Amino acid sequence: MSDLPNRKPETGAFFARDRAWHSPAYTPGYKTSVLRAPQRALLSLDGTISEITGPVFGQSMIGEMDNDLIHNFARPGESAIGERIIVHGRVLDERGRPQSGVLVEFWQANAGGRYRHKKETYLAAIDPNFGGCGRFVTDEEGRYFFRTVRPGAYPWPNGVNDWRPAHIHFSIFGHGFSQRLITQMYFEGDPMIWKCPIVGTIPDKAAIEQLIAPLDWGNTIPMDSRAYKFDIVLRGRRSTMFENKLEGN
Amino acid sequence: MQELGYLKETPSQTAGPYVHIGLTPNFCDITGVYDTDLGTQMVNDKTLGERITVSGRIFDGAGALVRDAVIEIWQADSAGLYNSPSEMRGTADPNFTGWGRCPTRAEDGLYSFDTIKPGKIPFKDGRKMAPHITFWIVARGINIGLHTRMYFPEEQEANAGDPILSRIEHRERVATLIATRDDAKLSFDIYLQGPKETVFLDI
Repeated sequence: MSDLPNRKPETGAFFARDRAWHSPAYTPGYKTSVLRAPQRALLSLDGTISEITGPVFGQSMIGEMDNDLIHNFARPGESAIGERIIVHGRVLDERGRPQSGVLVEFWQANAGGRYRHKKETYLAAIDPNFGGCGRFVTDEEGRYFFRTVRPGAYPWPNGVNDWRPAHIHFSIFGHGFSQRLITQMYFEGDPMIWKCPIVGTIPDKAAIEQLIAPLDWGNTIPMDSRAYKFDIVLRGRRSTMFENKLEGN
Repeated sequence: MQELGYLKETPSQTAGPYVHIGLTPNFCDITGVYDTDLGTQMVNDKTLGERITVSGRIFDGAGALVRDAVIEIWQADSAGLYNSPSEMRGTADPNFTGWGRCPTRAEDGLYSFDTIKPGKIPFKDGRKMAPHITFWIVARGINIGLHTRMYFPEEQEANAGDPILSRIEHRERVATLIATRDDAKLSFDIYLQGPKETVFLDI
């Protein structure tokens, strides 16, 4: 945890989370949430130094292959099977400020919709050359990028015939612990997005649209890979203009 | 009128059943991509402070173990300082990361962190917050990560003056945030739902 981004750290508390924009905890259409949803009201509080702070992940901890899912698990000279794509974007906060030094981790099913996990039972084939995980630390302009294969859709036991649309899971680690976020990215034009009970936990259509990455034709590499652009927004920070100073500050 | 021009936070989605692939790939037998899983080691031989182990389980509303969650913790060092660029009060112990990540095991639902007991931390108004560890829990069926805190049972006086614990209206629920302790072993179970539901924070 070294090489801090070369800028003055911010110490403001975070904007309150808009709980109506996110999924509620209890969403019976997504059955697993029924017994895992807290039923009492959350205790709402302005962030303290315990949430304003967070660990730093240096770019130096990222290996050369960490953002290449086509090759980072493959045998030498081989590569994962599937449609080659690049996913890239920026991590911003709600004020529109690029967030550098943010750890972005991603995981996904293979091109057939199969995860490499012992709990996974879908009959689609395992790809011996695909692990399904990658990570990156955003640069000074908040950018991340990785190469992968487009994941397949897959069925899951929820309703009788529920399918997950093709998606990539993202974990984003901002500068403050209360910015911590996990989400999923979907692909432009996929009709299955609107049939998915997990997508459907989000009440606002505009919020769902924020999870759909457009095809980025401009960044598509001819004769190689198509590109999708997925920007991520973390909670914004209050400026500290009139804040009481913390003791010892 | 001018536009405020703020963006909306990216909506959360569940971490799903295969969260280990992304956050702890070595734990789920995806080896050779990363040397180690992040957050497995918080302390080393030189870390200052009282060594403790924090472990526990997560229960759903039917009392069943949640065996597919990932927990992250974040805490101050033994002097109450965070190992973070946003920590302006001083420099935290360089031998303590303050951050840990651990899945609940499929066999017995247990998570476990080897760490140290944190110091007290100032609240905005100068009061002290009692020593505590921040928890963040994600799993299949949890649409947005759950924040809570673990406090220490031997800190009765500090807990009584803690500004966050003081805000809990139903006083019998304060106990849901206080671990039990046997020597250096702290035990902290989390109840997602039901009569013993843990107090979760919107913070």
